[in-house]
Amino acid sequence: MIEVKDLHFSYPTGLEALKGINLTVEDGEFLAIMGQNGAGKTTLVKHFNGLLKPTTGEVLVNGTSTQQISVAKLARNVGFVFQNPDHQLFSESVEDEIVFALKNFGFEGETIKKQVDWALNLLDIEQYRKTSPFMLSGGERKRVALASILAWDPQVIVMDEPTIGQDHQQKEKLQQFIIQLNAQKKTVVVVTHDVEFVAECNPHVILMSQGKILVSGKAEKVLTNPQLVAQASIVPPQITQIFLRLADLGLPTDVIDVHEATKILLEHLRRRK
Amino acid sequence: MSVFEGFKFRKVSSVIHNLDPRVKFFFVCILFVMAIMFNQFLALVVLFFIPLPFVFMARVNRQWLRSLRGAALLAVFIFATNFIFGYFYPSSSIPHVDGAIDTSMEYFALFERAAAMTLRFVVLIASFSVFFLTTSPDHLGLALQQSHVPYEFCFAFTTAVRFVPVLADEAQTIMDAQKARGLELESGNFIKRVRNYIPILIPLIVNAIRRSLELAEAMESRAWGASDKRTNLYKLNLKRADITMVLITVLMLIIALYIWLFIPVPSLTSLLFT
Amino acid sequence: MAIIETKDLTYTYPGATTPSIQDVSVTINKGDFVILTGPSGCGKTTLCRTFNGLVPHFYNGTLEGEITVSGLKVADHKIHELARHVGLVFQNPENQLFALSVEKDVAFGLENSAMPRDEMRKRVDWALQMAGISELSERPPHELSGGQQQRVAIASVLSMQPDIMVLDEPTSFLDPVGAEKIFKVINELNKKLGITIILVEHRLDLAAKYANKVIVMNEGTVALTGTPREIFTSEKARLIGVGIPKATKLYQHLKRQGVTLKTVPVTTEETANLLLEMLNHD
Ligand SMILES: Nc1ncnc2c1ncn2[C@@H]1O[C@H](COP(=O)(O)OP(=O)(O)OP(=O)(O)O)[C@@H](O)[C@H]1O
Ligand SMILES: Nc1ncnc2c1ncn2[C@@H]1O[C@H](COP(=O)(O)OP(=O)(O)OP(=O)(O)O)[C@@H](O)[C@H]1O
Ligand SMILES: [Mg+2]
Ligand SMILES: [Mg+2]
Repeated sequence: MIEVKDLHFSYPTGLEALKGINLTVEDGEFLAIMGQNGAGKTTLVKHFNGLLKPTTGEVLVNGTSTQQISVAKLARNVGFVFQNPDHQLFSESVEDEIVFALKNFGFEGETIKKQVDWALNLLDIEQYRKTSPFMLSGGERKRVALASILAWDPQVIVMDEPTIGQDHQQKEKLQQFIIQLNAQKKTVVVVTHDVEFVAECNPHVILMSQGKILVSGKAEKVLTNPQLVAQASIVPPQITQIFLRLADLGLPTDVIDVHEATKILLEHLRRRK
Repeated sequence: MSVFEGFKFRKVSSVIHNLDPRVKFFFVCILFVMAIMFNQFLALVVLFFIPLPFVFMARVNRQWLRSLRGAALLAVFIFATNFIFGYFYPSSSIPHVDGAIDTSMEYFALFERAAAMTLRFVVLIASFSVFFLTTSPDHLGLALQQSHVPYEFCFAFTTAVRFVPVLADEAQTIMDAQKARGLELESGNFIKRVRNYIPILIPLIVNAIRRSLELAEAMESRAWGASDKRTNLYKLNLKRADITMVLITVLMLIIALYIWLFIPVPSLTSLLFT
Repeated sequence: MAIIETKDLTYTYPGATTPSIQDVSVTINKGDFVILTGPSGCGKTTLCRTFNGLVPHFYNGTLEGEITVSGLKVADHKIHELARHVGLVFQNPENQLFALSVEKDVAFGLENSAMPRDEMRKRVDWALQMAGISELSERPPHELSGGQQQRVAIASVLSMQPDIMVLDEPTSFLDPVGAEKIFKVINELNKKLGITIILVEHRLDLAAKYANKVIVMNEGTVALTGTPREIFTSEKARLIGVGIPKATKLYQHLKRQGVTLKTVPVTTEETANLLLEMLNHD
């Protein structure tokens, strides 16, 4: 469980990037953090594994303040997938890349092998085991980066903009994958601008703007509120946009999913007849 | 890090910022020459005060002080070496009897000389940092170009200035990314510690190469090399303030030369001990 | 009138064993707004690079087939000649701005082409205004937000008054409102100035409403071309993995349940209007 209490954070430049954040991420939760460029999303999640420490306020991971533990220790529980995989890939082979973190965390011998196999399989990159990560495509490099973090099986997985540059199919895979993680009671935190992606997953959503949390709630409640969404420099999902236009017909406006939308429309038509 | 701080340009507008960089550079060079001409403590104190009005006019006092503070460690080092060196190898400029330094006057003279050498360094830092603090790299590049430095070189210069902070940020991000995978930089013996930096250096290099390729691509796409007679959006013209500044500088130099030739600058030691 | 025409274009990067684009034949007309899409690694960026000669002149490698852009045969002209007709905007704003002030960046291409200073000034101001960033002209680009930077990048190719602008995923780092602003700027360039636009994009829902043509690539070849409407309803596009906008998906889901709207919508406005019409009607 991650608790953020009245967190303020200023960069050395003097810029106050976070202005009083209060937030609890429960175990097994799926949380999406959205909001305009520069709202402080990345700054916030970097506090979850202690890469940044609060200027004032505190962040507790499983009850312990991040001030008191090293990043390396925190990272054992909180895996962080950076936006750009090229900021971490350095090994000669995909396998070595995954082994790196495992060794850092003190895994040994058979366990390492087991975890590597598991991670390679999970992300469908078994065939690249011996390939240099630099030879892979952008989407594949991203999966290697993800595998290298999942391999040590952290309780919480934070992903910064995982959908950038990904095509539709990869996004769908990612979505299924997150659902799978969630089913294993892992906590997943995703920072993203991708409204349609969030609409399809329907996680808990936090909207941020200028260093503050605007609102927190289920995607179908948050993303369907035009005022809030506009404040966070987001546009509502397409389905919501359509239903907002149909509001006069007495249809609900908090719809984000195509299947549900279809059901509501059919129901409406049937009743009219 | 903080020495560099004093050399980081921030966009502000002031009489000093708007001076032609060539003029400012001329001024700094003359100051440099004067600092070399004089080795007397008192003269160097005067030289130290010369850039001060410009610092205040440009309102960069805080950054300027920071760069001086950054240079403090080096200054201490220079002072110490000069002092120790002067102690063991007294030169003619330090009065001494029997080749050894023992009287308080001799100690004071030694002290004054070490202080003067340190001050010379401080004057150099002080004046050059005024120059860099008040000159936009763009203008500097332009000045280089109008001084017939090849364009490729000027471009390389401004691009380097532009990308140094970006690379510094990137290095930080890479370090964060590896720490997030359990890398502990400060663990193990010396060899292990050096090896700890491999996961940081490789992505840094790979990304620098990738970045420069992307940059080259963007430059090519914007007609790089289309014409030998490249034009420039800006042009530096000498304005009245620039001419005034040149005159001030020349005047300064003349006075300095006069003093240097005809007026012996007394040392603090001679003033105090005689 | 065709402004870009390729015939059996095949290109292999130096050192690569298989071609990255293969037998590509496309025609793009003057004034078109084209979306180029397809799975990651299918060769979209590579194709864009052929439009201004980065492929093959910058990357070397082997280019076979023919490509003509604005009447110039790419193989016979240098990149800087083609750059006057084709402007490229890349995905990462950080790596395409290298000057220390916005207007200097916007002037870069003109300086290279040795344009006299007075004329250059006018062009720069015009380009800044078109991109809606006149007030940023003296700011250092690296201190701007991603969205602002991307508009600087657009202005800096626009200043050369190209016939064609190619934008390779220009909004992927931007928040949705920032992205929408960029698309609006691009759309104005297309509708008001008649500049031909080629936009590489995975998220069709954001850009579909501006485009009159979609090209879908798959594994180095052109798999489909057509209007957004044709592509979004094509079974083949779905199988390739093109992300069909929800506005069209809703239509398809309803149709499967026996409710057919009059036409196939591609934007949320169209879907909403069609639904309103139907629901108000009966
Ligand atoms: N290393 C840094 N030093 C100084 N300021 C920074 C640094 N990193 C970020 N900032 C500033 O802090 C603010 C919040 O940045 P942050 O990266 O957290 O935003 P974000 O919500 O993740 O934005 P984006 O959607 O663009 O990724 C911004 O104004 C940014 O310019
Ligand atoms: N500079 C290069 N050298 C060698 N091969 C390359 C180079 N750039 C791209 N490729 C290869 O060419 C193929 C097509 O790549 P391209 O970048 O054109 O794809 P894309 O459709 O733009 O993908 P994305 O959606 O991920 O940007 C890929 O297999 C890629 O690995
Ligand atoms: Mg971010
Ligand atoms: Mg691409």
